[in-house]
Amino acid sequence: MLKFLHEFGNYLILIGKVFSRPESYRVYYRQTMREFITLGLNSTGIVIIISVFMGAVITLQTAYNTENPIYPAYLIGLGTRDSIILEFSSTVVALILAGKVGSNITSEIGTMRVTEQIDALEMMGVNSASFLILPKIIATVVFNPFLTLISIVVGVAGGWIAGIGAGVITSSQYVYGIQYAFIPYYIVYSLIKTVFFAFIITTVSAYHGYFVRGGSLEVGRASTKAVVYSSILILLTNVILTQLLLS
Amino acid sequence: MIKVNNVTKSFDGRVVLDDVSVTFEPGRTNLIIGSSGSGKTVLLKAIVGLHDIDSGEIWFENILFSKLDFRSRKRIRQEMGMLFQGSALFDSLSVEANVRFPLDMFSDMSYRQKSERVDFCLERVNLTGANKLFPSELSGGMKKRAAIARAIALNPKYLFCDEPNSGLDPITAILIDNLIKEITEEFQITTLVNTHDMNSVMEIGEKVVFISEGVKCWEGTRKDILNSDCKLLNDFVFANSLAKQLKSNTENNSEI
Repeated sequence: MLKFLHEFGNYLILIGKVFSRPESYRVYYRQTMREFITLGLNSTGIVIIISVFMGAVITLQTAYNTENPIYPAYLIGLGTRDSIILEFSSTVVALILAGKVGSNITSEIGTMRVTEQIDALEMMGVNSASFLILPKIIATVVFNPFLTLISIVVGVAGGWIAGIGAGVITSSQYVYGIQYAFIPYYIVYSLIKTVFFAFIITTVSAYHGYFVRGGSLEVGRASTKAVVYSSILILLTNVILTQLLLS
Repeated sequence: MIKVNNVTKSFDGRVVLDDVSVTFEPGRTNLIIGSSGSGKTVLLKAIVGLHDIDSGEIWFENILFSKLDFRSRKRIRQEMGMLFQGSALFDSLSVEANVRFPLDMFSDMSYRQKSERVDFCLERVNLTGANKLFPSELSGGMKKRAAIARAIALNPKYLFCDEPNSGLDPITAILIDNLIKEITEEFQITTLVNTHDMNSVMEIGEKVVFISEGVKCWEGTRKDILNSDCKLLNDFVFANSLAKQLKSNTENNSEI
C-alpha cells in the first residue's frame, strides 16, 4: 500500500511538472506535430485492420447466435453497431493502443533516461517532463477520438461486408439495423471514454519510462509494466465512466 | 568561479560524498580525478544540480545554487554546457539540430543567425560537413565533438565534462582533451572535467582534485602530482608498472 501511495505521489508530481509553461512555444509546437504523426497517424493502419475484422466477427457471431425466426434480421446490424460504438471502438482499441503506443512511449523516454538525454535536457534548463510528455498527451488526446470515429465507421462497414459475404443478412436489413433506434449520445459517450483512455495510456507509459533506472533490460521491463498498468486502469476507468455516463 | 562547501550526499544510507569542499577557478581546466566508484560523477552531477545534496552549499559566483528552486536554477543552467559520458546527443535529431536545439529553446536569434552559430560551433570542433548526419552515423570521437559543439552553442560560462575521453583511442582522446582546453581558454570558461585517465591529467589538468571513496584527499596542479606524498593519490596515479618505473627513475635521478 505504501509503495502504491509513493508511486501515485510520484505520478502526480510528474503530471504537475508536465503542465507547466513551455520554454519555447515554437519548439513545443513542432514536437507536438511530430507526435501527431508518430502516435496518431501511424496508428491509423492497425486501428483500421482490427476494426474491419472485429466488425466482421461481431456481425457473424450475432447472426449465428440469433438464428431464430422471432428475432428480426436487422437486429444483427443493430447489435454490431452498438457493440462497436459502446465498447469496441473505444475500449478494445484503447487496449490495443496501450500495447502499441504505450510501449513506444515508455521505451523512447526510458532509453532517453538511461542514455542521459533527459539529464542533458535538464542541464540546458529545459523542463524535460513537460517537453517530452506534454506534446504526447496533446497528440493522443486530440487524435485518438478521430481514431475512434474511424474505427466505428470501418467496423460497421466490416460487419456489412462480412454479413453480405456470408449471406447471413441482406444489405437493406443491415443498413436498416444500423439506423434503427440510434442514440447519438452513444457516440459522445464513446469519445469521452477515448479521451480518458488516451490520457491514461500516455501518462502511465511516460511515467514508467521517465523514472526507469538501469539499462536496456530495465527499459524492456518498464515497457511491459506500462502496458499492464495502462490496460488495468483502462478497464477500471471504463467501469466507472460507464456508470457515470450511462446510468 | 564555482565553490563547493562541505557537500555531503548519500544514496539509501550509503555516503557517496563526505564533506567535500573545493573551489574551481574560471578560465582554467579543473579536473576531478579518482577511481571508478569514488564519487566523482556524483560530485559533478551534484554541482550542476542533477543530484540534490544532503547538506553543504554550492555557489556559482555569488549565487547559492544549491538552495535555488527549479525555476531559478533554469536561468543559471542556461549558462552551463555539459558533455556527458555517452555524449547524450538526441537520437532523433541530426547533428545540426542537436546543436541548434538550445538556441531554439532559449535564444531570440533569427533562423539565419542560429544557422551561423551552429556552423561556427561545428567548425570550432572540426565537424564541418557533418551537419546532416545523425548520432547513430557518428564515430565515438565525432559524437563527443558534436556534444561539445552543443554544449558551447549558448556561449556558456561553465563547461562540465563527464569522462570526455572514455571509450576513445589515445590519439582521439588527446584531441578531445586539447579541444576542451582550447575552448576553456578561448572563451574564459570555468571548466570541470571528470576523469580517471592519467593522460588527460598530464595533458590539460591545471587544477586537479583527487577523490577517493567520497572524500577529497588531495588538490594541486598536475606538476604537484609527481611529488605528492598522498599515498592514495600515488596508488592511483602510479597504478600501472610503466608509471611505477617512471616514478622510481625520477626518484633515483633526484637522489643522484
